[in-house]
Amino acid sequence: MVESYFKRAPRSLPPELEAERQRIAEVARRHGLDFFETVFEMCDYDEINMLAAYGGFPTRYPHWRWGMEYLSMQRGYEYGLQKIYEMVINTNPSYAYLLDNNMFVDQKLVMAHVFGHVDFFKNNAWFGPTNRKMLDAMANHASRVRRIIDSVGETDTEAWLDTCLACDNLIDPFLHHIRRSRKPGQEQESDGIHKLPAKSYMDSYINPPGYMEEQAKKAAEVARAAQRFPEDPVRDVLGFVLEQGRLSRWQRDCLEIVRDEAYYFAPQAQTKVANEGWASFWHTKLMTTELLTDSEVIDYCDHHSGTVAMRPGQFNPYKIGIEIWRDIERRWNRGQFGKEWIDCEDHRAKLEWDTGAMLGKQKLFEVRRTHNDVTLIDEFFTEDLCRRVGLFTYEFDRKSGEFLIESRDFEEIKKKLLFMLSNHGTPRVYVTDANHANRGELELTHEHEGTDIQLEWATHALGSLSRMWGRPVHLVTRVEGKQALLHHDGQEFRYDGPKITGKR
Amino acid sequence: MILNIENDLNRFRQIVRGKVRKDLKRYMSSGEMIGKQGDKVVSIPIPEINIPRMRYGKNQTGGVGQGEGEDGDSVDGAGEGQAGDQPGEHLLEAEISLEELAEILGEELALPRIEPKGKKNVTSTRDRYTGISRVGPHALRHVRRTYREALKRQVVTGNYDPSNPVLIPIKDDFRFRSWNSKTEPQSAAAIVYVMDVSGSMGKEQKEIVRLEAFWIDTWLRANYKQLETRFVIHDAAAREVDRDTFFRTRESGGTLISSAYNLVLKLIDDNYPPDEWNIYVFQFSDGDNWSAADTRNCMEMLKQRILPSVNLFCYGQVESEYGSGQFLNDLKSDFESDERVVMSRIPDRDAIMQSIKEFLGKGR
Repeated sequence: MVESYFKRAPRSLPPELEAERQRIAEVARRHGLDFFETVFEMCDYDEINMLAAYGGFPTRYPHWRWGMEYLSMQRGYEYGLQKIYEMVINTNPSYAYLLDNNMFVDQKLVMAHVFGHVDFFKNNAWFGPTNRKMLDAMANHASRVRRIIDSVGETDTEAWLDTCLACDNLIDPFLHHIRRSRKPGQEQESDGIHKLPAKSYMDSYINPPGYMEEQAKKAAEVARAAQRFPEDPVRDVLGFVLEQGRLSRWQRDCLEIVRDEAYYFAPQAQTKVANEGWASFWHTKLMTTELLTDSEVIDYCDHHSGTVAMRPGQFNPYKIGIEIWRDIERRWNRGQFGKEWIDCEDHRAKLEWDTGAMLGKQKLFEVRRTHNDVTLIDEFFTEDLCRRVGLFTYEFDRKSGEFLIESRDFEEIKKKLLFMLSNHGTPRVYVTDANHANRGELELTHEHEGTDIQLEWATHALGSLSRMWGRPVHLVTRVEGKQALLHHDGQEFRYDGPKITGKR
Repeated sequence: MILNIENDLNRFRQIVRGKVRKDLKRYMSSGEMIGKQGDKVVSIPIPEINIPRMRYGKNQTGGVGQGEGEDGDSVDGAGEGQAGDQPGEHLLEAEISLEELAEILGEELALPRIEPKGKKNVTSTRDRYTGISRVGPHALRHVRRTYREALKRQVVTGNYDPSNPVLIPIKDDFRFRSWNSKTEPQSAAAIVYVMDVSGSMGKEQKEIVRLEAFWIDTWLRANYKQLETRFVIHDAAAREVDRDTFFRTRESGGTLISSAYNLVLKLIDDNYPPDEWNIYVFQFSDGDNWSAADTRNCMEMLKQRILPSVNLFCYGQVESEYGSGQFLNDLKSDFESDERVVMSRIPDRDAIMQSIKEFLGKGR
C-alpha cells in the first residue's frame, strides 16, 4: 500500500476501475510504453480543484496565490467553463487523480492518457534531472516555510516570497543540459604588453626592462578593469542572486525553495506540446485498437474531439502535438524520410511515397526520448502538416485595435510557433555585470528578439530583484527599436529611453 | 481533506479585502458592485492580483491560431485563449459579503456604530450549550465527561484494573450539558427613500441616488437585524413604487414635496410604529419646489410629524442644471441645529463618499 498524501483516507479505485487499470497498464506495456508505478486516486471536483491549484501537490507552502487559483478554478467549474478530467504528477511512483463523477469510458480514456504522460516523464531527457521524490520535497518546503513564518512572521515571509516569485521565471531552462561558462584556463594567452617596434638587436635598447615593467603593470591594470563578473552572461538569475546576493539565512532558504520548484516545473513548460500530444496519441491508439467496447465509441469520440478541438484563433497543444506524433509515425512507416525523400520534387510522388519501411514505432520512441517542444516543432512540423491543420499567424493591429490574421505562410507560422514555445512569454534576461559602475549594482541585459518587454511589469519585477540583490538593479533593453535603460533602487524606478507611445 | 487551501483562500480573500478598501472611493462612485449584487454577497471585478514578472508586451507578440479566414481578417478571441499568460486581462470576480463590505465602509469612513433606539428594542433569547453541570436530564448526559469522572474515581479508589478496564459510572460521576440563555437585541429598521422624479432630475442624478442608496442599505443592514426599504417617488403627486421602478421612472411636470411627505407619513403610520422600528428617511432632490407656500408646509410637517418618529432625516441635494437648490437653503434655515436632520450636497459622483459620511456619521 502506497502512503497517501491526503489528509483523509485515500480513495483508491473501485474494483471495476481497478480491473480496468490493470488491463490498460498491461496493454500500454505491450505497446512499448514504459512508465513508473502509477497510483490512482479518486477525487471529487472540489478536491481536484484544490490539487490543481497546488500544481498537483497536496502539500505546498502556504501562499495566497494557491487560494486565488483555487477560487478561479472553482468558478470555472461552477460556470461550466472548464473541467479538469485528470491530473498526474511527475514523481516516482507517479500519482494521478481521477474525477469521481466521470463516466466509465472517460476514466478509461484518462488512465490511458495518464500512462502516456508517465512514460514521457520517465523517459524524456528533459525530465531527466527533475526530482522524482518531489512530493516529499514539496512537503519539506512547506514545513521549512512554516518554520520561517514562525520565526520571522507571516507578513515578512509572504512579502519575501512574493518578491522571489516575481523573478521565478528568470531561470535557465537549459541549466542541467549545457555548460555555459568557459572552463578555467581557457582565457586567451596574450600578455597584451605594449612594445615599441624594434629590430631584435635594438630591442633591449628601445624597450628597456624598466619600460617593459611599467607597460606590464599598465596592461595588468587594464585587464583587471576589463574583467567582468560574471565573466559570461548568466541566465540563471535566481541562482546567481542566491550565490552572490547578500541575503539572510531565511531569505536564502525561501529563495532556494522558489528556485527549486521553478526548476522542477520548467520541463513541463518546455514539453507541453510534446507531452500532451504524446499522451493523446497513446490514449487514442490504446482506446481505439483495444480498450473501447462498442457501446462506448460515441462518448469516447465526443470527449476525445473535445480535448483536441481548436477554437478559431486558439492554440491547442493537444491538437498540434497529436498531429505531429501521428505524422512522425506515418512518415516513418512509409519511409518518408532521408535524402532521397527530401530531394524528391514531385509532390504527387511524395504524397504516395511508401517504401514499407514500418519504422514508425521505433522512431516515435526515439523522438520522445530526446525532444522538447522547440526541437520537435523545428524538426517535425512540416508544411503539409501545417496546411492540414489550417494554421495562421496573427498580429495586433494598432489601427483597428484587433488581432488580425497576418499570414498563412508556412515559414512565418513555424517561426512564430518556435518563438512562442521557446520563451513562453518570458524574455531572455541575463546577468551581465554584478559590479555595475564599480558600485556592486546588478546589471541585467534583455536579449531583444523583436518583442519589447512589458514595461510596467518589468518595473515591478526589477523592484523585486533589487530588493533581493540589496543594491540598485539595471536592465538594458530596447523599446520601440531604441536602447533603453531601466533602473530600480528598491524604492524608486527610473527610465532612460525613448518616449513610450501608445498603450501597451 | 487538504487543510491548507482554506488558509490560502482566506489569505487571498484578505488581500482582496485590502484592495477593495484601497479602492473604495472608486467603487463608491462607479457602481461596478451594484450590478452584481446577490442576496448576501456582491461580486467585484478586480484585476487578478498577479505577481508581476518580466513579460513581453502583449500587443506586440501576436501568435499562431487555427481556423478559416483570409489575411487581414480579425481573429475572434485571439489573445484571450493564450494559456492565461497575459497580464491584467483576466478579471477575477471576487466575492465579498455585504457584511464585510459594510465593515470596510465603516472603517474607511470612520462611521460610528448605530445605537438603536434603546427602550424600544425588541429582544429575543437564544439558548446555547456552553457548559457542563452535575445535574440535568438524562437526555443531555455527556458520555465522555461522565466516563472520565468514573475513571478518575476508580483510579483514586483503587478499583481500576488496567488489564480489565471496566468503568461503571455511579450517580456522582454523571455530567450533563448545560446551557445559557442569551438575549439578543432584535432591532429592526425601516428606510424610506424619497426621490424627486420631475423633469429636472436627469439620468446622472438618478445614478448618484442609486449609488447612495446601495451604500446606505449596506451600512444599515449591517447595523440592524432586519431591514425594510420603501420607495417613494414624487413630482406633483407622490406614489410608492418598487426598487426597480424607483430608479427608472422619469416623469415630467411640477414638484410638490409635501405630497411625498404626506405619503411618507402614511407609510410610517400604517407599517412602522416608531417604538418598534428605527426609521430612516432619505430624500433626494435637486432642490426645486413648486412654491414657497408648499415649502413652508413641508417644514411644518417635518417639524411636527416626521421628525418625532424617525431616527434620522437625511436630505441629499443632487445638482442638476435646472434645479435651483432652494430647498436646501430653506431646510438649513429651519433645521441647521437639529440633530435629527442631515443635509448634504452631492454635486457629482465623487461627492458620494463624503455625503455618505455626513449622513451616517452621526451614529443615529
